[in-house]
Amino acid sequence: MSSASPAATGPLGAVRRIFGGGTGPVFVVLLTLLVVMLLLNPSFFQPASLMAFLRNAAPLIILAAGQYFVIVSGEFDLSVGSLVGAQVVIAAKLIDGDESRTWPVIMLMLGFGLLVGLVNGLVTTLLKVPSFITTLGMMLVLAGAIRLWTGGAPTGALSESFRQWGRMGIEVPVLRQIPYAALIMIVIAVLTVLLMRGPYGRTLVATGDNDVAASFAGAQVWQVRTLAFVLSGLLATVAGILIGGFAGVTAQVGDGMEFTAITAVVLGGVVLGGGRGWIVGAMAGALTYRLLERLLVQLDMPSTLNPTIQGVIIILALAYGSRRLWGRRRRRAAQPITTKPQPSGAE
Amino acid sequence: MITPTPDGELLRIRGLSKSFFGVEVLHGIDLTVQAGEVHGLVGENGAGKSTVMKTLAGVHTADSGSIELDGKEVSFDHPLQAQRGGVATVFQEFNLLPERTVAENVYLAREPRSGGLVQRRRMEQDTASLMQDLGIVDIDAGAKVRTLSVAQQQVVEIVKAMSFDARLISMDEPTAALADHEVELLYQLIGRLRERGVAVLYVSHRLQEIFDLCDRITVLKDGSLVDTVESNEITPDELVRKMVGRTISSFFPEPREGTEIGDIRLSVRQGGNRMLNGISFDVRAGEIVGLAGLQGSGRTEIAHALFGVERFTRGSITVDGRTFSPRSPRQAVRAGLALVTEDRKAEGLALNQSVAANARLVLDAALPGRGSSRAARLSGILSSLELAAASDAQEVRLLSGGNQQKVVLAKWLVTDPQVMVLDEPTRGIDVGAKRAVYELMRDLTAEGMAIILISSELPEVIGMSDRIVVLNDGEISGELPHNTDEETVMSFATGQDNVEAAS
Amino acid sequence: MSDGVVAAGGQPARTNRVERRSPLTSIPLIYIALLGTLIVGAALMAVNGENLFSGGNIVDILTRSSLLGFIAIGQTMVILCRSLDLSVGYVAALSSLVAATTMDGDPSRIPLGVAAGLGVAALVGLFNGVVTAKLKVHAFITTLGAGLIIKGYLDTVYPGPAGEVPGAFQAFGYTRIGLVPLSAAIMLIIAVFGVIMLQRTRTGHRMFAVGGNDEVARLSGIRTDRTIILAHVFSSVMAGVAGLLLAARFGTGVGAQIYDAGYDLDSIAAVVLGGTLLLGGRGGVAGTIAGVLILGVLDTMFNQLQIDPFFRDVLRGIIIIAAVAVYARRQIDPTKSRARFGEKSASRKGSTGTSPPEPTGDSRARRAGSREEQSE
Repeated sequence: MSSASPAATGPLGAVRRIFGGGTGPVFVVLLTLLVVMLLLNPSFFQPASLMAFLRNAAPLIILAAGQYFVIVSGEFDLSVGSLVGAQVVIAAKLIDGDESRTWPVIMLMLGFGLLVGLVNGLVTTLLKVPSFITTLGMMLVLAGAIRLWTGGAPTGALSESFRQWGRMGIEVPVLRQIPYAALIMIVIAVLTVLLMRGPYGRTLVATGDNDVAASFAGAQVWQVRTLAFVLSGLLATVAGILIGGFAGVTAQVGDGMEFTAITAVVLGGVVLGGGRGWIVGAMAGALTYRLLERLLVQLDMPSTLNPTIQGVIIILALAYGSRRLWGRRRRRAAQPITTKPQPSGAE
Repeated sequence: MITPTPDGELLRIRGLSKSFFGVEVLHGIDLTVQAGEVHGLVGENGAGKSTVMKTLAGVHTADSGSIELDGKEVSFDHPLQAQRGGVATVFQEFNLLPERTVAENVYLAREPRSGGLVQRRRMEQDTASLMQDLGIVDIDAGAKVRTLSVAQQQVVEIVKAMSFDARLISMDEPTAALADHEVELLYQLIGRLRERGVAVLYVSHRLQEIFDLCDRITVLKDGSLVDTVESNEITPDELVRKMVGRTISSFFPEPREGTEIGDIRLSVRQGGNRMLNGISFDVRAGEIVGLAGLQGSGRTEIAHALFGVERFTRGSITVDGRTFSPRSPRQAVRAGLALVTEDRKAEGLALNQSVAANARLVLDAALPGRGSSRAARLSGILSSLELAAASDAQEVRLLSGGNQQKVVLAKWLVTDPQVMVLDEPTRGIDVGAKRAVYELMRDLTAEGMAIILISSELPEVIGMSDRIVVLNDGEISGELPHNTDEETVMSFATGQDNVEAAS
Repeated sequence: MSDGVVAAGGQPARTNRVERRSPLTSIPLIYIALLGTLIVGAALMAVNGENLFSGGNIVDILTRSSLLGFIAIGQTMVILCRSLDLSVGYVAALSSLVAATTMDGDPSRIPLGVAAGLGVAALVGLFNGVVTAKLKVHAFITTLGAGLIIKGYLDTVYPGPAGEVPGAFQAFGYTRIGLVPLSAAIMLIIAVFGVIMLQRTRTGHRMFAVGGNDEVARLSGIRTDRTIILAHVFSSVMAGVAGLLLAARFGTGVGAQIYDAGYDLDSIAAVVLGGTLLLGGRGGVAGTIAGVLILGVLDTMFNQLQIDPFFRDVLRGIIIIAAVAVYARRQIDPTKSRARFGEKSASRKGSTGTSPPEPTGDSRARRAGSREEQSE
C-alpha cells in the first residue's frame, strides 16, 4: 500500500479547509446576501444602520458561539432558548426597577446560567442521558419553573443600567455609536476563538470526533463535555442580558431560540455529531441568519413568509454542504485501508 | 445450488488483479479451492489477503482475471449477490444487529412470509434446525444477539452464511476476537462444515490454526502468489520464510550498541481484576518486555490496567519505585506512561482532525500546562519518524495505516514517557513502516525508555523482546528469555506447557 | 476457567443457557411505570376526594392521549430508523387547515377533505424523507426546515382559523363508544397495526435494521433510503391524522394554535419514555403508547387536582430525564460479561474484545451524524 495518500494533498489543501470543511457555504451565502443587500439598499451599509443591525444580531451570534461548544463536542443544547427567557424574567423580577440591584442580579444570573449548564452537562455525562433529552427536559423545567415563579406573566421591571447593554453604545466619530452589544460580541468572539485554539478547544473537538481516543489520550471526557454545556449556559445568559435590554420583558422572550441557534451553528458548517466545524463559522452562520431576516424585510416580503424562506435556504445550504462530504466519502470508500466491508456500488 | 465438478473443484480464481488509485495491490493471483476443503490464506499484513477475500465477497470488483464457481464464471458486484451465489464471508467486524434476535439476524431482509406477514415462529424454527444441523446446541434462536458472547456471535455469522446454502465460506481472522477456549468451538464448527462439503477459505495470522485446520495453504506476499502447498508437506518455519521472504533475524534490528538495561522502571505485583489474576512482572530501563498470548488472554487488559482504564483491584503497581494506582488514563499519562492502543482508528486517532491536532492531543488533553514548549518539538519528532503527509493540516483519515501509526507514536513521544506500552504497534501497516517502528523502539530503549510490547505476531515479540511474558487465560503462564522459539512460546500461550511441550 | 464456558471432551458444554427473553427489557418496564403512575395517581386523587378512574377522568385521559398518540406512533417509526421528525406539529396544522378548507362545511366533501389533508401530509413526509436519506441532510435540520417552510406558508395564507368542518366529521372528535372516545379507539387500532407492522412485516424488520446499523442493513440488501423515506411519510401521515382530529374538535382548521402546542417535542418525549432508543434500532409502538398514556394520566391528574400547569411542565421535564437515566443504566448489559476471576460480574466489555474507556455522554449525535458523515 502506498505510504502517501492520493486525496486532498497539494496547494489546494488550504482552500479545501475553508470551502471543503463545511465552512464554505456559509461564507458564500453571507457574501451573496451582502451583495444583494448592497444592490437593494446601499444605505444599509451606512454606519448607523449597520450598527443597528449588529446590535440586533449580536445576541444570536453569542448564543451560537455557546451552542457551538456543545455541538462540536457531539451533543445538543435545547435548553438555551428557555434559559434566555428565564434569565430575562429573573432579571425583571429581581431588579424590579431598582438601579442598585443591577450588578448583583447580573452576577446571580451568570451563576444561574452556569448552574443550568452544569446540570445539563453532568446529567448528560454522568447519568448518560442523551443530551437531546437532558436539555429538552431542562427546557420544560425552566419554562415551567419560571412561569410558576412569576405566576404566568413576567413581573417587575429592568433597570436602566441593565438595559443599556442591549440598547446603548459608545459614541465615536465616524460610526456614531458602537453598540455595547457589538463590543461584547466581539470580545466574546475573540475569547472563544482563543479558547478554541488552546488545549481545551482542541481537546473538545477531538472529543467530539472520537471520545474514546480522547479518553485514551488522557482527556477527562466528562469534564470536557460538561464545561461545554457550562459555556453554553453562560453565553446564553449574556445573550439574555442583551436581549432583555434590547427588547424588554415579555413571556415569549427566547421562545424557539434554541432551534435558531442550532440552525445558525449548522448553517456555519458545524456538523451535528461533533468533531467538525469552526467557531467562526458558527458565528458567521448566526450573522447570516440575521442578515437573511433583514433582507427579507428589505424585500418587503410579508413577514409571515420569513420562516419559509429561512427553511428553504437552510435546507439548501445543508444539502450543498453534505453533498461535498458525501462525494469525498465515495472516493474514500474505495481505499483499501478501510477495514469495513464497503459495497462498491451500494445502491 | 452449486454442484462441484467431478474433481471436486469448487472455486477457481485465475489471474486476479486489482488496483486502487493506480497502485496495483494484487498481481494475477491464482487460487483453487476444493469442496470440503479448508484452505488457508496467509501472508503478512498488506500481502493482499483481504483484497482477495473482499473481491470474492463482492465488496470489490476485480480489474482483470476471472472467478469461477463450479466451472462457471461469476462476477459479484454486491455482497448480497455473492451470498446468493453461494459465497459467504465472515468479516472481522460482525455484521449483526445486537438488538435483534438470532433468527431475525439470520433471515434479515428475507424473512419467511405468509400472506405478507413474517412468520416469526417458522423463522426461529428454521434457524434452530439449521443450528442443530451444525451441532450448535447452546444458542437460542430467539435470543437477542446482544446477549451472546463474542464466540457465539461468530457462530451466528457462520449460521447466517449457511442459511444462504453457502458452498464457500471465507473467514477473515475468525479467531481474532475469541478467547482460546472459544477457538475450539470454531474448530468443531469448521469440521462440520467440511463434512457437509462446504469449502472454507481461512485467513489467519496464527500459524497454529492454519496447520490445525487447513488442508492446503496459499501464501501471498506483496500482492503476488508465492505458493500453494499441502499443509502436511511444509513446516511452520518454511511457511514463515515463504510469507516473509527473509529470515526473521535479519528483519528485526538488534539492540543499539550501548543500550544498557538499568533500574526497574515499572513493576507489577500480583495485579488482578475480573479479567486478570496474579500478574507480576518488571520492566527495566532500556528493556523491551514482550507480552505474548492469544487474543483474549489478557494482554490488552494488562495495558488497560496500567493505564487506569480497567484498573487492578488487587495487587500493586510501582513506577520508578513509587506506588502508582491509576484511576484514569490522565493519571497514567502524568505518571509518565504512554499507551499506543490496539485499535488505531477507534482508540488512537480523531480521524477527522489534522495531523497536528492529533499529534498534540495528549499534550492538550492531559498536560495542558506544559503544552507549548513541548509542542515545538513535534515537527522534529514527526519528521524524524519520516511521516509522509501533505502538511500538518492534513486530516489523519487520509493517511495510510503506517503514517497514521506514526502520528500516534508522535503524540506519545512528545510527552517524554518513561514507560511505553505498545499494543499491536505494527498491525495493519506496511513493511517499511514496520521496520521504522522497530528501529524506533531500539532507539528509545537506547535512551533508557522501558517498553512493553504486546503483539499477536509471535516473530515480532520474539525478535524484539528482551524477555517474553506469556499469558494464558488471564494469568502469566511463563516468562521466557530472548530468542525463545515460537513453539515454546505458543505452548505456554495455549497452556500446553504443563502437559507437555507442544508437538 | 469460570463462568461455565468449558470445553470438555471436545464437546462444548455451557451451563448458562441464554434466557429466551430477558424479562426486564425496557418495554415491560414502561408498563410497570404506567401501573405505578396509575396507582400513585389514584392514591393522590383519592386523598383529595377524587377518583382517577371515574368515567369523566378516563374519557379525559383517553381524549388527551389519542391526539399525542397518533403523532407519537409516527414519531416511533422515524426514531426507530435513527431519524427524527420535528415537523409534526406544523404538518398537523397544515393538514387541519387543508382538510377544513376543502370540506368547507359540505358533508359530501368529507372524503375529499380527509384525502387532501393526509395527501399533503404525505407529501411533506416524502420531502423530509428524501432530503434526509438522499441529500444526507441531518433529519434535525430537514424537519426543522420543513416545519419553518410550512409555518411561513400557513401564517401567510391562513392568518386565522379557516374552513369549516361539517358536523358529520366533527363526530370524529366527539363521538364516544362507552367510555372510549372514537379518536382513541382509532388511535389504538392504528397502534395495533403499528405493532404488527414492526413485528410481523419485512418493512418493520427493515426499520429496526436501518436504525440498528445502516451498514449492516445495506449489506443485507435493504434499500435503506426507501425505508427512511417510508418512515417519514408514515410519521407525517400520522401527524396529518392528528391534524384531522384537531380540525374535527375545533370545527375548523387552525394554524398557530396547533403548531405552537409543542407536539414535536412531546411526541419525542413519549417515544423515549416508552423505551425506544433515541439512537434507533430498538423499541416499539407498544411502549410509546404506554409513554403517551403516562403523560395523559399526569395531565388529567394535575388538571383534576388543579395543580398549576406550569408545575406540570417542570414535573414532566424531570420525569423524562429521570426515565431516560434509568434506561441508560439498564443499557449497561451484564450478560455478555465474561469475568474470569472472582468478584461480582461487572459491566460488559466492547464486542471487539477491547474495553474502551466508557465514552461519557450520549453518542446520539455522533451516531445520528454518522448517516450524514459515515465515519470508518
